[in-house]
Amino acid sequence: MANEVVDHGRRRFLTSATAVVGGVGIVSAAVPFIKSWEPSARAKAAGAPVTQSLKKIESGQQLIVAWRSLPVFIVNRTPEQLAALPKQDPRLVDPKSDGSSSEQQPKYAQNETRSIKPEWLVMVGICTHLGCVPNYVGEMKPEPFDPNWQGGYYCPCHHSRYDMAGRVYRGVPAPKNMQIPPYHFVDDTTVQIGVGPKEGA
Amino acid sequence: MANVFARIGDWVNERTPGLAPMYRKHMTEYYAPKNFNLWYYFGSLAMLVLVNQIVTGIFLTMNYDPSASGAFDSVQYIMRDVEWGWLIRYMHTTGASLFFVVVFLHMFRGIMYGSFKKPRELVWLLGMLIFLALMAEAFMGYVLPWGNMSFWGAKVIVSLFGTIPKIGPALQEWIMGDFLPADATLNRFFALHVIALPIVLLLLVVLHLAALHEVGSNNPDGVEIKKGPKGNRWDALKPADGIPFHPYYTVKDLVGVGFFLLIAAFIIFFAPTFGGWFLEHDNSIAANNLVTPAQIKPVWYFTAFYAIVRMVPSAFGTAVWGVLGMFGSIALLFALPWIDVGPVKSIRYRGTGYKVALTIFVIAFFCLMALGMDLTDEYFPRIFGAGIDITLWDNVFGRIMTVAYFGFFVFLWLYTHLGWEKTKPVPDRVTTHD
Repeated sequence: MANEVVDHGRRRFLTSATAVVGGVGIVSAAVPFIKSWEPSARAKAAGAPVTQSLKKIESGQQLIVAWRSLPVFIVNRTPEQLAALPKQDPRLVDPKSDGSSSEQQPKYAQNETRSIKPEWLVMVGICTHLGCVPNYVGEMKPEPFDPNWQGGYYCPCHHSRYDMAGRVYRGVPAPKNMQIPPYHFVDDTTVQIGVGPKEGA
Repeated sequence: MANVFARIGDWVNERTPGLAPMYRKHMTEYYAPKNFNLWYYFGSLAMLVLVNQIVTGIFLTMNYDPSASGAFDSVQYIMRDVEWGWLIRYMHTTGASLFFVVVFLHMFRGIMYGSFKKPRELVWLLGMLIFLALMAEAFMGYVLPWGNMSFWGAKVIVSLFGTIPKIGPALQEWIMGDFLPADATLNRFFALHVIALPIVLLLLVVLHLAALHEVGSNNPDGVEIKKGPKGNRWDALKPADGIPFHPYYTVKDLVGVGFFLLIAAFIIFFAPTFGGWFLEHDNSIAANNLVTPAQIKPVWYFTAFYAIVRMVPSAFGTAVWGVLGMFGSIALLFALPWIDVGPVKSIRYRGTGYKVALTIFVIAFFCLMALGMDLTDEYFPRIFGAGIDITLWDNVFGRIMTVAYFGFFVFLWLYTHLGWEKTKPVPDRVTTHD
């Protein structure tokens, strides 16, 4: 009780120093808990390439295979479907896939048909809006959602529409063309998803 | 015998002297305005449903298996093999929907009678936080049965965070703990649903009530009984227009509880899925990551906010605008005490402009709800002919309603900040005093 004078500056400094050290401690202690929410080693490991034979996919048919738990659409596009693609350009957000969608495909698939071989479309079937799986509506006939339908994909969740190359139409919620995964042809009738062609990858 | 109870009571009081005063403060000596009407049932009913959700929830966890491989089957097991399991689950699922019914009505009451205004801003903010926690709780609970709608609902809602530029995709993986909703996602949602969020909810409810009892309840006339004459039958210093919460309003609320339980029991026993509104048909199919249900729509209570996501188009290569619109529609409710600064609280004495705006707001909310439930896809062709472009009609209709929803807040701000409102005189006391 010898010194009755309170040193306010010293008290303020000690209070804030304690608060700062405590705060740093709390933030550091939170890191392991936050990191524990990231994909685990087991989840990351489940991502090997997938090989698929194309022999049984008829013209106009779609096959869905799972790659990294994602649905991958493999479509054998008909000549009519391919012929309709350039006509869609004025109605699309990014017809050449070089604007907002420039990252949505590997370089070797950044072309008119968004594929390595024109007839074969290989695409991650996830809507770029909120991740639903769009329905394949291949026939060119008037649909309730589009009286001038030229074949393509229709998302049941929020009605986004894509053409037969997965290119998104204007005026729908989805912002980008659907993603083309890395893939290559092992031989004429076999495709491997997850690995690009030698020269491209 | 009575002597024994009295002695136990004394024994407790000696050791915790604060207990009896606390009971009196919140029950027998909490003076609430005497003119509460039907709209004042929904607060106590929300408490009732909360208790129901906690009790039935605890019993559901006893048989539920929170793993991607076992969750769906364990719910079917509860429904078929567990004695009375179906009743406990239907009480929980019906309770979830009725929770939102009473909370929406409770919130509407607050808006209509100006219960969010000074000095009750904090009561309103805490209530909005409860609403937010409740939405998170309901969403995670919806994922747990791991039906196909659970899976895709989870995917779509988590993808909302994926639309945030730059950090979005990483954030999405962080929330799911995988590249798709998976075992890790289900496990953490279970933990949050049964432990973390209920604790937060209970704490917020306590704070909501504590804040309310500090300032006192509003009433349909929007007058402050604390500023009115003093002295009632029980206390010469307390408001003349107040009556003790217990027994007067506890008894009144019991009548509401009776009616509410009658309706709830009818739904639980005769229409537990409520035609696919409370429990969606696609959720009777196990989760499948390769097949999206024909229509993905959230449960009815989210559809109004969710429709806004759909109505805002993407721009500048990102879909974040719709998500901002949805969160904005809730954020504006938080800000209501500072948007609507009109001095008159109750709709009874407010200007015609306010009444019209509130009516339009309610209509817009219901229309957005119908749109989010895809009811428009069904009814537009019936009304306007089968050949119409539904996407176009949906967009036009939905965007008008979205503008009306946000317009309510813009109008209110202008109406009250610029002094356009012509109010009626507010009485000095509640209109039903004797």
